Amino acid sequence: MNVGEKVVEIIAREQHLDPGDVSIDATFEELGIDSLDGVNILFALEEEFKIDIPDTVAQNMKSVRQVVDSLNRVLEGKDISDLAAMAKGSGPAASN
Amino acid sequence: MRRVVITGLGVFSSTGKDKNSFFENLLQGRPGVRPITQFDSSPLSIKIAAEVDGYNPDDYFPPKRQDLLDKFAQFALIAAGEAMKDSGIVVSEEERYRFGVVMGSGMGGAGSYDAGYHNLYAKQVTRLHPFTIPRIMHNAATSHICMEYGAQGPALATATACSSSGHAIAEAFHMIKFGMSDMMLAGGADAPITYGVMRCWEAVRVLASGNGNPATACRPFSADRKGMVIGEGSGVLLLEELDHARKRGAHIYGELAGCGMSSDASHITQPSVDGPVRAIRMALDEGEVEPEAIDYINAHGTGTRLNDSIETQVIKQVFGDHARKLAISSTKSMHGHAMGATGAIEFVATVLALERGMVPPTANYTQPDPECDLDYVPNEAREKRIGAALSNSFAFGGLNAVLLVRRWE
Repeated sequence: MNVGEKVVEIIAREQHLDPGDVSIDATFEELGIDSLDGVNILFALEEEFKIDIPDTVAQNMKSVRQVVDSLNRVLEGKDISDLAAMAKGSGPAASN
Repeated sequence: MRRVVITGLGVFSSTGKDKNSFFENLLQGRPGVRPITQFDSSPLSIKIAAEVDGYNPDDYFPPKRQDLLDKFAQFALIAAGEAMKDSGIVVSEEERYRFGVVMGSGMGGAGSYDAGYHNLYAKQVTRLHPFTIPRIMHNAATSHICMEYGAQGPALATATACSSSGHAIAEAFHMIKFGMSDMMLAGGADAPITYGVMRCWEAVRVLASGNGNPATACRPFSADRKGMVIGEGSGVLLLEELDHARKRGAHIYGELAGCGMSSDASHITQPSVDGPVRAIRMALDEGEVEPEAIDYINAHGTGTRLNDSIETQVIKQVFGDHARKLAISSTKSMHGHAMGATGAIEFVATVLALERGMVPPTANYTQPDPECDLDYVPNEAREKRIGAALSNSFAFGGLNAVLLVRRWE
């Protein structure tokens, strides 16, 4: 199972959706994933891949593909600061 | 002055999962105290509790919803659902701002705390589930009920241990009475039967072990009483401004006529006589009800040595000779001490007793105690016309709440 398939599986599990309904091109909005759901998915991804996803990167994860791309880069040990820069100006992951 | 009536009842407890089965079991004197099933209680000296029998959240909530609901909030939503349905109320878009919620809880999301700390300390994980905070917060029950029914008026949560839901109902009552709202869902919920919480209670040495017979463990006012039994569940009532209820032709169970509150300001666990006396008098004064008009008291009646003898002194001090004429019972003998839910569960029992003219008994009463020498309606339900009744809640911490319900005719 590659990273993409694993991400789809985790998002489907956490959202209680059928994995077949989670397209790699779907945005979180299309999947009904709100800010709190997003934090929950991040937690599940961190647990699964045994990694830490920095808040600045997390804020940029608004679609399944963005999650997969970010994860791939984290897992390959690549510099992800450009992702953080892109996320600049977006709000916090959860309100309150 | 605006008057407040009770137009909906909901209860979810060890003695019944709706108001009718709950009250029927009380009248039959059937305790809901059983061996603990929610965790392995074998290391504890106390292995019994009043659990909601065979509770399965899948019967009530879809999986996605359960993720965000600690068990106490689940119980709250179930009881609130019954109260709403029972009342037949339909809240219009314009009325949402006049519709509020006050729910009490002693322990909040105790199970979610327990699970989180187990992961943190025992399993040594370095991060906790992100839903932990929304699950444990004491106001979760209030907030979920508000969201479920679009209640956008005054809303808050109370946390006064065993008096939490008595205070919640009192607060909601005053919000309607003084014009802040027209409709309030009020009550309490708790789900404290976890390994951690039971260990905490065990240490206080106020729990009855049942000695192999859970059903007879809790014996309020009986000379052989050995302590209290922890329970769980929820009670919720719909309170409504009188004219609002009349206009829609609502069934009125009774009038919530007065609420008393006081603080002992004396000891963090030992009850006083003075504090509860003042709370009862305050409720009577607010309702403009003479002490002699009270026919029934649903006692705090925990089944500890101290509470029951002190409560007996309290009743004697307020009611004088009439103390021997009124009926007193502790339904905790059956549904256990459901902590922050217990005041609301007991108030539902009180309201149904008044409406149906049937006093539920104090179960497991075996021997008179010279220090508890009033009429505790031992073991057998009693037919009795009730014109007005009180429900007492005297909390650890010395914070007292007394609710007064009057017959509506």
